[in-house]
Amino acid sequence: MSDNPAGASYIYLVEPEVRFLEAAVEHLIPTDELGVGARDAGVVVYIDRQLAGTWGVHGRAYRGGPWRDGTPQQGYQSRFTPQEVYRIAIREINQHCKAEFGRPFAQLAQAAQLRLLEQLEKDQIALPSLSSKFFFDMLWRNTEEGFFADPIHGGNRDKAGWKLLGFPGLPSGQYRDLIDSAEPYHAEPVSVLDVQTGKVPVDAEGFPKHVIIKRDRTY
Amino acid sequence: MSATKLKSVDVVVVGSGVVGSIMSMELANAGLSVVCLERGKSFDMDTDFQKPNVYDELKFDRQSDIFQNLARDTITFRNHGGETALPMREMGAFKPGEMVGGTAAHWGGNARRFLPHDFEMRSRIEQRYGKSFIPADCNLQDWGVTYDEIEPYYDQFEQIFGVGGKAGNLNGEIQEGGNPHEGARSREYPNPPTRRTYQGKLFADAVRSLGHVPFQGPTAAMTQDYRNLYRVPMLQCASGGFCSSHVCPQGAKANPLTSVFPALMRQPTFEIRPLCNVLRVNTDSTGKKATGVTYIDARGNEIEQPASIVVLGAYCFSNVRLLLLSGIGTPYDPRTGKGVVGRNYSYQQGGSVEVFFDDREFNPFIGGGQVNTSIDEFNGDVIDRGPLGFIGGAYMNTATRGAAPIKGKPVPHGTPRWGAEWKKAVAHYYRRTMTIHMHASCMSYQHNYLDIDPTYKDAYGLPLLRMTFDWNENDLRMMKYMTERCTEIGRVLNGSGLGAKGKGTHFGITAYQSTHNVGGAVMGNDPSTSVVNKYLQSWDVPNLFVVGGSAFPQNPANGPTETIGMLACWAADAIKETYVQSPGLMG
Repeated sequence: MSDNPAGASYIYLVEPEVRFLEAAVEHLIPTDELGVGARDAGVVVYIDRQLAGTWGVHGRAYRGGPWRDGTPQQGYQSRFTPQEVYRIAIREINQHCKAEFGRPFAQLAQAAQLRLLEQLEKDQIALPSLSSKFFFDMLWRNTEEGFFADPIHGGNRDKAGWKLLGFPGLPSGQYRDLIDSAEPYHAEPVSVLDVQTGKVPVDAEGFPKHVIIKRDRTY
Repeated sequence: MSATKLKSVDVVVVGSGVVGSIMSMELANAGLSVVCLERGKSFDMDTDFQKPNVYDELKFDRQSDIFQNLARDTITFRNHGGETALPMREMGAFKPGEMVGGTAAHWGGNARRFLPHDFEMRSRIEQRYGKSFIPADCNLQDWGVTYDEIEPYYDQFEQIFGVGGKAGNLNGEIQEGGNPHEGARSREYPNPPTRRTYQGKLFADAVRSLGHVPFQGPTAAMTQDYRNLYRVPMLQCASGGFCSSHVCPQGAKANPLTSVFPALMRQPTFEIRPLCNVLRVNTDSTGKKATGVTYIDARGNEIEQPASIVVLGAYCFSNVRLLLLSGIGTPYDPRTGKGVVGRNYSYQQGGSVEVFFDDREFNPFIGGGQVNTSIDEFNGDVIDRGPLGFIGGAYMNTATRGAAPIKGKPVPHGTPRWGAEWKKAVAHYYRRTMTIHMHASCMSYQHNYLDIDPTYKDAYGLPLLRMTFDWNENDLRMMKYMTERCTEIGRVLNGSGLGAKGKGTHFGITAYQSTHNVGGAVMGNDPSTSVVNKYLQSWDVPNLFVVGGSAFPQNPANGPTETIGMLACWAADAIKETYVQSPGLMG
């Protein structure tokens, strides 16, 4: 089993996919001196929730054929839904890794994982069913979303993405007085999740009360 | 299955956005019975767009059910006639709305008038530079109206949408603090201008040193508590961001739901029917008279709604598609240049120059849709394009729209796309970047057009609309020049680095750009080059009005919504003051 400190559960993804994704997203946004990376921020849970929801089955996307590859300008033309893209791509990448290196992606050395991701991005791995770049681009898009979207969606755990940026999340009712201020404004980020769960109180207008923080960023 | 035929009404309006809501209001207010058909759901400002959930960037920016449901209906797209058009499967470059309130429910609030020049672009360019200055493949056209004719209707729209700004030209007198290049206004804006941000002050100083005149761009987010022309109250903007793509939880951003519907729903002769998808405009045996529309209602029944007047007030794509599906007007043929429906489709150019700092920090998350400081020296005919060799123009500004963290993280060129170096760069620059935007014109060309797709169908079995579109060499040349000017401003700002962003050589449908799709059913004075006359009235079917972005012969720099709203006021006035007295072709 993967390391699962937050007791994450998965609706769509199965265990080998979780292991693959935890390894992959940690390369895309790594844990470093600036803070946690995508894995520990819950990005894989985010991806799972997205795949299990409307987007995962392309519930609001045009699904009719015929399907053709199209030009890059024509965008998403795969016959697969995002659910299918993840399932097929991860299985085929793991098959590639087993054939080349004798073990699945998650069990490769860090350097080998990184090299493989770079090859996927450049479309240099010929997967049987879809373009490796197509999968990589979707994975990167979802990783970035999961790291910076409201924690209500399962990622950005403890608002790690927002702390990294210095984004205070939901606006304070004071912003209207600060619009022309040159003074940098720093506050503990507040999420939709914080307000819904009552962790952060709101004022009469429904704006959360911000806790101002002293700048502790030196970079 | 035969359609259920309902009792006839005076006016049936298709679409409930800026055009549909304002025209319904004006016509119902004049005593006409009005039925408004909307394909989307009905939303309630008091429950559907409330804090805290409205502050969900992911939901409202990428996956919201306030946008068109592409599973039911989309467009197909190709860059040129030699390609096979393929369906836009996911929402990308633009986000047409699908709700009572329309696309404008999630607009950014950029409420600029077009310049007087913009309505007479062909005449004025020919006069100043000669006929041959216009590219041979450019279908540049006048609108059939002048700025002076329509100025009162801009004013009316601004009183409905509570636009905030500072006049730069009051009845011909140039005013300190406003945009000196704008057309003459008959009176001041209904609301004061936005306050100038830190970035705005830096921008203002920089452009002044280059000889330009900075002003606060107009906004439709209330700059104070305001009661509009329809006596609807709106609250002052709280500068909390989450503006474009979102519906404001304060109700501070004017849109059909906040500014029109509260008054419209009180009109006794008005009825809104949500979840009704119009299939076609019906005509009588002569083909010269519209008899009403046929639609599928929420329960799936086919309904015929007869009416004396039909108004197509839907999104650009839907207006054009309904004309084509109804067989009204001659479809445009790019090989012969003949035909008008689908002709002169255009979009919006633009780009930005980012100025990165190491020694300054901003609050990019404090702001609103259009808190911006702008210049107009490169717009319309303010700039002499003779020596530059292109037509079109741009306005430039620095705006604080509320930098949302998924999409608002510029990094310097050369930064890796992901990994540790990327992470460092977004952490460092998220609060240390100032963006100078260019919002630029897009001309209409012979090879850019809309027609019916031969292959793909919607959920009702009707063919999709096909878009054939690419950037033109003239517009790319214009953008190159504008980017150089922006870079000049960026250099004055003296950051640690500059980065220019454009839309690329070929238009692509994937990355969000703007929902400023216009043309295809354009207005004008010549039936061989326009679908509707200057009153937005079909040349072929005089009791049919086609109103909206679809009427723009080409797209000037300033953003379309204010002009779309103005055209709704203008067309409604023509209908109630002239048409109902003596029905027939006006003019």
